[in-house]
Amino acid sequence: MTIVKTNIDRRAFLKVSALAGGGMMLSFSWLAGCKPAPEEMAALPKEWFELNSYIKIGDNGAITLMSANPEFGSNVKTSMPMILADELDVDWKRVMVEQADFFPERFDRQFTGGSQGIRQGWKPLRTAGATARQMLVNAAAQQWSVPAGEITTEAGMLHHKTSGKKAGYGEVASLAATLPVPEEVALKEIKDFKIIGTSKKNVDGTAIVTGKPMFGVDYKQEGMLIAMIAHPPAFGLKVKSVDDTAARAMPGITDVFIFKTLADDYERNGFDTTTFTELVAVVGNTTWEVMNAKKALKIEWEKSADQNVIVNGWGGKQTVTIPGGLESTESHKLRMAEMSKKKANVLRKDGDPESAFKRAAKTLERTYSAPYLAHNTMEPVNCFAHVTADKAELYGPIQAPELIRNTLAARLGLPKENVHIKLARMGGGFGLRAYGHHMVEAAVISQKVNAPIKMVYTREDDMTYGIYRPTYTATYRAALDKDNNLIAFHVKGGGIPEHAVHAMRFPAGAVDNYLAEGWRLDSNITIGAFRAPGSNFIAGAEQSFLDELAELAGKDPIEFRLELLERAKTKPVGEKNDYDPDRYAGVLKLVKEKSKWTEPQPNVHRGVSAYFCHNSYVAEVIDMEMQNNKPVVHKVYAAVDCGIVINPDAAANMGEGAIVDGIGNAFFGELTFVEGVPQKTNFDKYRMIRQKEAPKSIEVHFVKNEHDPTGLGEPLFPPVFAAVANALYKATGKRHYQQPFLKEGITLG
Amino acid sequence: MAVINLNVNGKKQTVDVDPKTPVLWVLREHLNLVGTKYGCGIAQCGACTIHLDGVAVRSCQVPVSVIGEKAITTIEGLSENGDHPVQQAWLEHDVPQCGYCQAGQIMQAASLLNQKPDPSDDEIESAMNGNLCRCGTYVRIKAAIKTAATAKS
Repeated sequence: MTIVKTNIDRRAFLKVSALAGGGMMLSFSWLAGCKPAPEEMAALPKEWFELNSYIKIGDNGAITLMSANPEFGSNVKTSMPMILADELDVDWKRVMVEQADFFPERFDRQFTGGSQGIRQGWKPLRTAGATARQMLVNAAAQQWSVPAGEITTEAGMLHHKTSGKKAGYGEVASLAATLPVPEEVALKEIKDFKIIGTSKKNVDGTAIVTGKPMFGVDYKQEGMLIAMIAHPPAFGLKVKSVDDTAARAMPGITDVFIFKTLADDYERNGFDTTTFTELVAVVGNTTWEVMNAKKALKIEWEKSADQNVIVNGWGGKQTVTIPGGLESTESHKLRMAEMSKKKANVLRKDGDPESAFKRAAKTLERTYSAPYLAHNTMEPVNCFAHVTADKAELYGPIQAPELIRNTLAARLGLPKENVHIKLARMGGGFGLRAYGHHMVEAAVISQKVNAPIKMVYTREDDMTYGIYRPTYTATYRAALDKDNNLIAFHVKGGGIPEHAVHAMRFPAGAVDNYLAEGWRLDSNITIGAFRAPGSNFIAGAEQSFLDELAELAGKDPIEFRLELLERAKTKPVGEKNDYDPDRYAGVLKLVKEKSKWTEPQPNVHRGVSAYFCHNSYVAEVIDMEMQNNKPVVHKVYAAVDCGIVINPDAAANMGEGAIVDGIGNAFFGELTFVEGVPQKTNFDKYRMIRQKEAPKSIEVHFVKNEHDPTGLGEPLFPPVFAAVANALYKATGKRHYQQPFLKEGITLG
Repeated sequence: MAVINLNVNGKKQTVDVDPKTPVLWVLREHLNLVGTKYGCGIAQCGACTIHLDGVAVRSCQVPVSVIGEKAITTIEGLSENGDHPVQQAWLEHDVPQCGYCQAGQIMQAASLLNQKPDPSDDEIESAMNGNLCRCGTYVRIKAAIKTAATAKS
């Protein structure tokens, strides 16, 4: 049994509890399955009693659990309350889930990203559940005058064996809510979990399949206007002047103006990513009218000079220069090739790599590259805002509300306590919505027109005013001795504006002579987090290279990796290796077993890849078949070690999605620029993976262990790129070094 | 502006709009039926899929003036209690991740099953190829359609 300090400040939630409630939107776990039987449907209670920020119990035993994190499709709104419910010891069928507003005084870490939701929420949520359970036990002990230690709980019921007394949670909830918070509580043994580790349906499933309003873009309020923005058509341009005569004369249009998104002297945080600080707003009655008026704007653009901005984030305060100029993919490639030849920052060095290369029996050198990617969430960027003299209310898609609240407060001139952010379900995130410039834009427009507004981007706005995945390159070199042992490994990676090298990751630690270097180039093209930042390129490069290296060494690609991991385990090089070789080897062994790797099938071409990121280990095997000279992804096997899995079927779903996402981006994903202009503006040109190209089947297997949970949303994505490339090599005899592979003349059948 | 009569989910509705307005925006902003989604505006993603007389169309491409007597069905009207076999199969397979594209996927799938009650894998793939899912739930979408087909037959 684990005893934990509760660290719950009761005053904080009691003080604010009066602010909660009212118009709450509940999601019912018992509606998510098939039709619930009438006896399964929990009636709403007459009164709710709050035991802590996360848990309310009704007088009839109904349970409301708060989902604090923003939901962008990773299913935290189901899986995080499952953790609470298990420790609270309630029947999942009686649970309702309510999406919390952004409320840092009540909730820990309301941030969705970095695959950290479950990992960071694990202990706080278990503690909150166990604390509430203990308070219910203490209340029953008081009512029955028996020792609390003699009371047991099960599925929302309290029992006292000796006296035969029993009661539902609802019967003691009013007393429990008045009791002191215990300083320490016991957490369940893993073997006693009843909800964690069992598959539960998405609590919003029914709302989704019946089309209920739940996204920011669905929001409507009396008197609300619609706003759109026009941004410079190229990175490196800014607004010079606007002729809005025609637009203003169009039906339904109420206002057109230029506005600043950030004050010139504003000190940015690390997520205030934007190149365009001046935009044109068009405001009117309906989306269709505003969309048409926007097309009628005559805007003159001019070149932007270098901009110096102060950024206080990423571990320090510094002046960052956003360069002027109109950048193109072709010139990027030339500059990147030049940089690849120059000296770079040494990120890690073990032994003497160069002398090892000199004495090598065989060497291999390969260069990999990948383009910018747009997130292309299905729900385009949007936000509702209503700013009045003393407060701001926002409702929209956002992964990181805490950071943007500070930006909003500064820009609007309001104390941050008066900036209220409600968390809409997001129609996809993938990192894009860690950046909240859209919230600022909506708020400034609302403030200017003095009305509630909903700002919506067109798909074209969304794709051409992105916070893109950077463009990357990496050159790998390796040396083998005459016995085909890996004696030196060198990676030199770069990108615009950052490199993707993770110097402490495998195969660092498994090679005596190791060198990792990185370089970067400035740009005015905005970049940011995209599902598994950095890893989403470097895993593909590294794992493609290891495949080719295994071939050069005459070894099976899985055995070759396992040999290196054995070396990292038994005789590690260096001390800062950030992975556990056993767990890494574990997923390779599991995927080997599940895919029957040692039993090749005729006409099935297989590629393997493995990677560690976001604290989790993943190995994948892709089975490819050639049909009409085109590769078809027949089957994908994934083995995942992310510790304890909360909601296995939902976890598998996300894994399947990450694999599909990886295959799509490996073949098709690309955004290029000419003179600062993004060359794709919508899905007619920006090719996304579709139903025909998806794998015919996917198996996601989880390693069973008792490690605390780690990341899941991202780790299955990075290895896909190499599994695809390695399978393609087997299928076609050709290695692929440049993403997207479509560019190299290969497409999915 | 023009006054236009519509039959939406079995109810008569009257709107006064620019006749060129795509049905998508009439549904979302004039009739408050927001289950139908905007994704691309150029019929490339399928998020706005509705039925006209039971057949899937992209509502972003259909001006409200051309609807005439045709019956519009949206996700809100696909079934009375969310119990259309396709909706039930979607729940059984727990298909959605973010959920944004799923109304369009469901409407497309329901239209397919109206025309072909027992579609082959190839027929499912072809029929569903115009509906993007950025979360990549394609494998579950296909499995759910097969389940729904079995339930209907």
